[in-house]
Amino acid sequence: MDNYVNHYVVVAIFLVLGILLPVVALTVGRLLRPHKPTEPKRSTYESGNEPVGEGQVRFNIRYYMFALMFVIFDVETVFLYPWAVAYNKLGLFVLVEMVIFAGMLLVGLLYAWKKRVLKWN
Amino acid sequence: MGAWLNEPLTWGSALILFLWAALFLLIVLGFVTYAIYYERKVIGWMQLRIGPNRVGPLGLFQTVADIFKLLIKEDTIPRKADRLLFIIAPALAFIPSFTVLAVIPYTEKLYFADLNVGLLYYVALSGITTLAMVLGGWASNNKYALLGGMRSAAQMISYEVPLVISIVGVILLSGSLNLRDIVAAQDGGWFWNWNLFPQIIGFIVFFIAAVSELNRTPFDLPEAESELVAGYHVEYSGFRFAFFMLAEYVYVYAIAALTTVLFLGGWHAPAPFLDFVPGIIWFLLKFAFIVFSLFWIRATFPRVRVDQLMSLGWKVLLPVALLNVFLTALYLELFVK
Repeated sequence: MDNYVNHYVVVAIFLVLGILLPVVALTVGRLLRPHKPTEPKRSTYESGNEPVGEGQVRFNIRYYMFALMFVIFDVETVFLYPWAVAYNKLGLFVLVEMVIFAGMLLVGLLYAWKKRVLKWN
Repeated sequence: MGAWLNEPLTWGSALILFLWAALFLLIVLGFVTYAIYYERKVIGWMQLRIGPNRVGPLGLFQTVADIFKLLIKEDTIPRKADRLLFIIAPALAFIPSFTVLAVIPYTEKLYFADLNVGLLYYVALSGITTLAMVLGGWASNNKYALLGGMRSAAQMISYEVPLVISIVGVILLSGSLNLRDIVAAQDGGWFWNWNLFPQIIGFIVFFIAAVSELNRTPFDLPEAESELVAGYHVEYSGFRFAFFMLAEYVYVYAIAALTTVLFLGGWHAPAPFLDFVPGIIWFLLKFAFIVFSLFWIRATFPRVRVDQLMSLGWKVLLPVALLNVFLTALYLELFVK
């Protein structure tokens, strides 16, 4: 791995290509497609009726709860990954430590479960 | 690819790498075109229909015609939409889906980027697509789109957690996040050395979560046509819509390739006496089987209800994935060390 940086150059190339494709395709499309906007075309779709009020309505608080739970368990994953990579070099002690750590989060999951956060209606 | 990567970087070699990557992009686009055709054919046959057979021989140009149609469709942006975010969202959905493919190794010699954090890179980037769906749903200023976007986001983050935790078992066994090292760790000559068998629990959780991450049946609630018209992309038309679809199918490619690498032994043959067949053939066979399984599941299962969806992710898959991590760690502690 003496040319370590080369691999990240490849990643950058993939990123550039990923950006180029939408830009090029949409620019080419602009030359090919018709452009005849009318007022009804530019209104938002609401089953054929006139849209009532704003589209950005208030939504269920439940989505926020799931986002909160996601953050907690995603952070757990951030700790699990390096632990798993180094596991073979570490002792029984770290296994116990990780069990305690995951156990605490599981208590949190059980709490959410009991509080009916995971129930949809 | 390996040879180019180990030379010192010059403008010339960077250009060659760029051309290889561009060729690969074309291959991925070709895959998407024919994956859609193949999916329609397979589902057609499973439902005793013929599937597309009009455009070109055997309907082979059907998807090409569809793409061209999308390209010349008028692009309407609703008056009330948040223009900038509305335009960014489809591109933002596609960019990570292609960028994650940089780390997938196909054979011993054929790979693009050999990152030591390969798996983390994949998991981290693929999460960005969720953001694009929420952005698209929000920017449309449409109630259906907003609800669809929120639903997608809730579903994807709920299944992201079991997905990333189910992989930890594989990392434990191979002691590396590098995808080439993970494949190398599965080399024992026989198919029971693949992670599929020691990590069967992890594999099942991974596969269910992956189907859900792809928003495919039986977890295609964000696009539930009967209740949310089309979900977060209801206001999108023409090629912007095409980019959402493209991202979805590029992820089919990515997940099938990742499953092959993590659980099915990558390019290794199932038995030592089959070693004469080149590794790339084995890789493609396993890859094609996973892709077929995804279409098969789509044709077979009914959609789950929205209240069952969240319980499955949090109450079943997450505890099982965590259990798998500690079972694997305990096994390594007792029998390997």
